[in-house]
Amino acid sequence: MAISTDTKRGRALGRTASRRATEVVVRALVFACGWLAIVILAAIAVFLLTNGLRSIDEVGLGTMLTGTSWYPTSNNAQFGFLPLILGSLFVTGVALVVSVPVGVGAAVYLSEFAGRGFKEVAKSVVEFMAAVPSVVYGLIGVAVLIPWVRTTFQLDSGMTALTGGIVLGVMSIPTVLSISEDALHAVPESLRQASLALGNTRWQTTYKVVVPAASSGIFAAVMLGLGRAIGETMAVLMLTGNAAVMPTGVFESVRTMTGTIAAEMGEVVRKGLHYSALFSVGLVLFAMTFAINLAADLVLERQRKRWRR
Amino acid sequence: MNRKRIVVLGLVFAMLLGVFALAGCGKTEDTTDGTTDGTTEPVAEELTGAINVEGSDTLVNVAGAWADAFMTENPGVMISVKGGGSGTGIAALINGTVDFADASREIKDEEIQQASDNGIDPVEHRVAIDGIAIVVNSGNGVEALTMDQLGKIYRGEITNWKDVGGADKAIVLLSRDSSSGTYEYFKEAVVGKDAEYAKEAKLLPSNQAIADEVKANDAAIGYIGLGYLTPDVKVVAVDGVKASVETAKDGSYPISRYLYMYSNGELSDVMQAYLDWILGSDGQKIVADEGFVPLQ
Repeated sequence: MAISTDTKRGRALGRTASRRATEVVVRALVFACGWLAIVILAAIAVFLLTNGLRSIDEVGLGTMLTGTSWYPTSNNAQFGFLPLILGSLFVTGVALVVSVPVGVGAAVYLSEFAGRGFKEVAKSVVEFMAAVPSVVYGLIGVAVLIPWVRTTFQLDSGMTALTGGIVLGVMSIPTVLSISEDALHAVPESLRQASLALGNTRWQTTYKVVVPAASSGIFAAVMLGLGRAIGETMAVLMLTGNAAVMPTGVFESVRTMTGTIAAEMGEVVRKGLHYSALFSVGLVLFAMTFAINLAADLVLERQRKRWRR
Repeated sequence: MNRKRIVVLGLVFAMLLGVFALAGCGKTEDTTDGTTDGTTEPVAEELTGAINVEGSDTLVNVAGAWADAFMTENPGVMISVKGGGSGTGIAALINGTVDFADASREIKDEEIQQASDNGIDPVEHRVAIDGIAIVVNSGNGVEALTMDQLGKIYRGEITNWKDVGGADKAIVLLSRDSSSGTYEYFKEAVVGKDAEYAKEAKLLPSNQAIADEVKANDAAIGYIGLGYLTPDVKVVAVDGVKASVETAKDGSYPISRYLYMYSNGELSDVMQAYLDWILGSDGQKIVADEGFVPLQ
């Protein structure tokens, strides 16, 4: 295919055989690297599945997915994922409420209104935010946010889905912001000029023309932010209290899927039922994040085709 | 741009799972650092050899202090200590990659079975005692609880402090995470073997996290190892006895347990020497220094 046509061209240009051979090898390597990502992804899925097989076999996937009790170390062990799945969703929901308005709003400002100098500085600061380790966010949350949530909402304890969600929201702002900003930036300049020429103000141009034009990219940004939030572990482990109740509101303590895996993996009997059940939790989480990222990618691809430039 | 992001995501996942996979196979990196083969030549005067220890996070500080002190006395011995949890340590022992596994719980039947399948014969050594203190906020008026009351609180049958002589305030239950050996021990000793912790119990990842929340929350109750007790939380007497090194030692305090090291069958000379030293006065003094309870 592509390789053979290129080698032919190489011969036409009179390259030596060794150079051609080098080119073939390098091309093969690059090609292999590209495929490696896919192979790794497939390997992860297979690995999770084989390790989770025992629990799927002995407890049953349906029983686990619909079970409401998580008592993995009890004599009468129960592996119900529902409190964990809901816990993850509650925390992620709060995170979205925080990160989407701030992230998208900031992206609109940076892309449409901010001066060049400020934009460069702001983008680097946001990128720096993404580089702060999640334990650090967790520590700040423990020191500041837990007492604040408890006193502000007059709760028994400040370790709630809300607390974890706020911190996760802040953590996913860089993802939402930078991808929305890319999407807004990709809207052709001619659209803005046309809108301004028709007498719209800059603000009208932004919210009537630019934002709708970039909407699929912004949607993808939100989805990727969601993927970032649902997979985050350390900060939620420190902030949500990890009580495996069926949550009914954001002012309750919740236990997330990621937190459960991280907290319990160290002590379980290797290859035991509990170990296997944790891999099944991982499988559910993997399927969810994979679906979210795939959806985001498809939407983003559509937008890229639309404003190809 | 975005495809790149997905690739990066995939790689990160892969790395994480690679770590799991390696842990699962017991091929942790210590097999490659050349200090693993733990076997030693029996030398009469000077001890030489390498010992690998891995396991319980409860014991990890004590284990590190033991190793430092022992290596200072015996420069020919190399001891490496890793935490990670009792389950991690025992799994490593079963896979034959460590010489001693630290554990804050007894080895389980399932693990003994796995060990014998692998040709490993786990031998238990008790190395220290840990008392579990019941702590509340210093503003809490409750001074003492009975084991019965404590069980009811942790099973969720008593949910208000006024039922145990305190203020009219909902009890905020704090527990260690279910991965912790302390969690399982406390369940057996207090909650009941066949009963469950109340679902509302918040499971915190460390002794320190419990101490912090108890310090900040006047409705909270929690349990922490004696070694992690700080003066800014209030220790509640259980059945009339307050948790301390003395009461755990003489057996009058009801919530205390043994901490273990497991080895494979017969000990090599250097391992035997290390274990004897741990159980001797020097080793047990370190146990006390670290806030745990010495065996004698």
